Amino acid sequence: MAELLLEFFSEEIPARMQPRAREDLARLLGDKLKAAGLDFEEIKTYATPRRITAVVEGLPQRSPDVKDERKGPRVGAPDKAIQGFLKSAGLGSVDEAQTREDKKGSYYVAVIEKTGRPSADVIAEIVPEIVKTFPWPKSMRWGAGKLRWVRPLHSILCLFSGKVVDFEIDGIKSSEHTRGHRFMAPKEFAVTDFADYEAKLRKAYVILDSDLRAAKILDAAKACADEHGYALVEDAGLLQENAGLNEWPVPLLGSFDEDFLHVPPEVLATFMKAHQKCFAVSKGDELANRFVLVANLEAEDGGTSITQGNERVIAARLADAKFFFASDLKVSLEARVPQLKDITFHEKLGTQYERVQRIFHLARELAPIVGADPDDAERAGILAKADLVSDMVGEFPELQGIMGRYYAIDQGERPAVANAIADHYKPVGPTDEVPTEPVSIAVALADKLDTLVGFWAIDEKPTGSKDPYALRRAALGVIRIVLENNLRLGLVSTSLRATEAHLSSIPEQPIGTIEGRGTGRIEKALSPKDIERLRDQISEYDADAVIGVRGIVSLGRVVVNQGNVLDFFADRLKIYLRDQGARHDLVDAVFALGGDDLLMIVRRVEALGRFLDTDDGANLLAGTKRAANILRIEEKKDKKAYDDAPDLALLEAPEEKALAKAVDEVETAAAKAIEDEKFEAAMSAMAKLRAPVDAFFDAVTVNADNPNLRENRLRLLNRIRSTTKTVADFSKIAG
Amino acid sequence: MRLQRFWADQGCVILQPYDMEIGAGTFHPATTLRSLGPRPWRAAYVQPSRRPKDGRYGENPNRLQHYYQFQVILKPSPPDIQDLYLESLYAIGIDPKNHDIRFVEDDWESPTLGAWGLGWEVWCDGMEVSQFTYFQQVGGFDCNPVSGELTYGLERLAMYVQGVDNVYDLNFNGGEGEDKVTYGDIFLQAEQEYSRHNFEHADTAKLFVHFRDAEDECKALLEAGENGEHHLMVLPAYDQAIKASHIFNLLDARGVISVTERQAYILRVRDLAKACCAAWLKTEAGGAAAEVRGASRG
Repeated sequence: MAELLLEFFSEEIPARMQPRAREDLARLLGDKLKAAGLDFEEIKTYATPRRITAVVEGLPQRSPDVKDERKGPRVGAPDKAIQGFLKSAGLGSVDEAQTREDKKGSYYVAVIEKTGRPSADVIAEIVPEIVKTFPWPKSMRWGAGKLRWVRPLHSILCLFSGKVVDFEIDGIKSSEHTRGHRFMAPKEFAVTDFADYEAKLRKAYVILDSDLRAAKILDAAKACADEHGYALVEDAGLLQENAGLNEWPVPLLGSFDEDFLHVPPEVLATFMKAHQKCFAVSKGDELANRFVLVANLEAEDGGTSITQGNERVIAARLADAKFFFASDLKVSLEARVPQLKDITFHEKLGTQYERVQRIFHLARELAPIVGADPDDAERAGILAKADLVSDMVGEFPELQGIMGRYYAIDQGERPAVANAIADHYKPVGPTDEVPTEPVSIAVALADKLDTLVGFWAIDEKPTGSKDPYALRRAALGVIRIVLENNLRLGLVSTSLRATEAHLSSIPEQPIGTIEGRGTGRIEKALSPKDIERLRDQISEYDADAVIGVRGIVSLGRVVVNQGNVLDFFADRLKIYLRDQGARHDLVDAVFALGGDDLLMIVRRVEALGRFLDTDDGANLLAGTKRAANILRIEEKKDKKAYDDAPDLALLEAPEEKALAKAVDEVETAAAKAIEDEKFEAAMSAMAKLRAPVDAFFDAVTVNADNPNLRENRLRLLNRIRSTTKTVADFSKIAG
Repeated sequence: MRLQRFWADQGCVILQPYDMEIGAGTFHPATTLRSLGPRPWRAAYVQPSRRPKDGRYGENPNRLQHYYQFQVILKPSPPDIQDLYLESLYAIGIDPKNHDIRFVEDDWESPTLGAWGLGWEVWCDGMEVSQFTYFQQVGGFDCNPVSGELTYGLERLAMYVQGVDNVYDLNFNGGEGEDKVTYGDIFLQAEQEYSRHNFEHADTAKLFVHFRDAEDECKALLEAGENGEHHLMVLPAYDQAIKASHIFNLLDARGVISVTERQAYILRVRDLAKACCAAWLKTEAGGAAAEVRGASRG
């Protein structure tokens, strides 16, 4: 078994392209080797700013012999067909083909034997193909050549089993040579295999593995901050980028004027990161007037000049930051709100200004539900997006919200309002914390619900992997905010209110109430059943809703149609609960009963899970399933449902009498407990059903000879099924 | 001067600044036009560059509406162009053993020239000191061979070498005390006055007329210079394209061009630049005549 070592040595490869290039190289090389019959044990790839490298272990010296048979036409087929076959199989005459027999007679077969080739020959063909077809996101030509690469390609190192694989691409001849660090070890040197390559590079001041470079940066950066009593502010993305910008990273500590610390720390860190790729440094809870830069060499003067140079640039950058901050403070957030009219949120959903109008109304309505002051919620909603038109956020969109909070504090807004401006974007990712202050919660929910409902109303839903407006994230955000803050929120009524806010911005004459609006256009968009449901939904919150045709269609998309926003929430909740370790089937069992109060649904799932873990729960589940199975078979056989209540007069056996009594009692008790939101109590009530059900199945024959008796017992079985539905749809539960 | 000597030693012709208002050294015909066609070309020159919108009334430490670029164009780009560039830095006192020189991704595009290329901004201890670009297209035409373009920001380099934080504090003559002349002594008043002009007082009505005039003139010259397979009047036409570009920049700084109009104006300038480039390819320096000669020899 042999090793292939391949290195493409070029001018500086953009840091952001290196990870993809490694993946692409592994894939292309692996696929081509396999297609040529060369199996291998492992392929590893590496990237530095000046090289991408692959090492393949466990390759054979030769590709295996292959015997390929191709079926041809029948013996005696028209000459044209036979000639065509010979030509395609590469045979000179019919004599070179073999014949085979099958049920219908004999036919020609071309047997093509390919003997294996030395792996090095195969590699010499594969590598040039890879160079010519490499999928760089952007590639270029250079000099007078025709070749394309991400930046000019200087040399290709290609060793198989310790020997150079010879080939030439556009004047570049393969070799065993590479180079070390641009400044510290610029001379060319030869290597024999991967171990030798990696070791010699290390001696030539190149750390091949980007993970090792990142680790070195992190360790050394922490150490140099620590040495002076500071702590590094870690940033995984920045670390990765620096690893892609250096072959021999050397972190150095620099400082800036303390005066800049009056600028918010997030701004300082963002400016240092975005412009100079530097890490921020803290002391205690506060940012320090220090930074860590990552140089690409060990300077002869120990880094003094490098640090000084960087300090000067950082000072200029921070002066810009200070200037932006100071000039932004001169304009009040309120004065910026009208400028939001110039920013389109989405072509069909209007401007950010219109969005803000909807958000603050909704935030105000949500305020009592989440325990927030309605005036504060409204105020925060109005100001929430104003910083989008500030210079600072224009320069660095990632500072949205954060800047708004600073500007709000500066102009004397109440702390709850200022915090809500920053926190209403949360949670940004699945691990980000959710807002916990009531005003922040109100605005965060209003913001996300407005987005979700809006995109549903214009029928722009996420499909497959496409979710350009991050609607899944918004829905998960709503779910987490509600659950982690124990909020009671009716999703149907809230979504309807959010949709209603959108309707006013849809330019259309109102045509009256929804009653009697069954015009052709509505019927085309919605089924009669949907219209019926929609009418019920609407009358639930406002019987006199005055909306237009397009409004009705939009409402249909949001709350009625297949795939409406409530279904979307249900799907997201299932995924969320599954990630939390809840059983998927239990979620389904509770969802099947409907309901739009996320918190209550989750509580029920939890109680159900605990119940099914008990003996009573497991047995009742088994009994209910047995009842359901019998019912399904008999109902199918008889082509009728046994939904009616059993006739008490027809009950014979003591066990069935006991069961009939138990279902009624249990159902009443469980329903009452559910109504009181005492799910544990509902489950305990349900547990009382277990003994009578078991006893019934032990002692009573359902399919009695007397048809009246049989029908009555089937109706009794149905009662078991319907009673358990008080807490969950047991048919959805596995087991 | 040391940069000039260095690049002259590398076989560059040393040119003088182009005598028109242009936004960057790239607009000099020695770069724009000479980067097209098959003929080898190496040139270096200083170019005063005007960007009306970057005026700050002399109040920003490094933003100017008029500044100097040192421009090098090497066609075809030699294999050791990065090493040559690093040697040029060494020649002006930047030692890569003590300074952190980095090539950071920065692709270049000029919508008005219909040109783009890939390359880097070069950092010295975190400061951008040069733009380094491999031209891929100019005027919509593929560059073949590819030119390597190096642009040094002279003020920044000088600030770096002199260790000065504000451009206006640069020592311009090397004198000390009474004899010292600073960048501010020479240019501060101009920055203030031109900022007023660019942002407040440039006569937009006349500028709109001038733009149209330059555009018409460019087209007329291109038409008049057509001579079958050849073109006889590219350079004067290109001057008019440059003029239109600068007038557009002034109008843009005055804020009288809306976002949608802006795109239309850029396209009009680009059309002029493209037409000039197409005509250039029909001149001797653009390679057309050279090919004819080659053909007659063969």
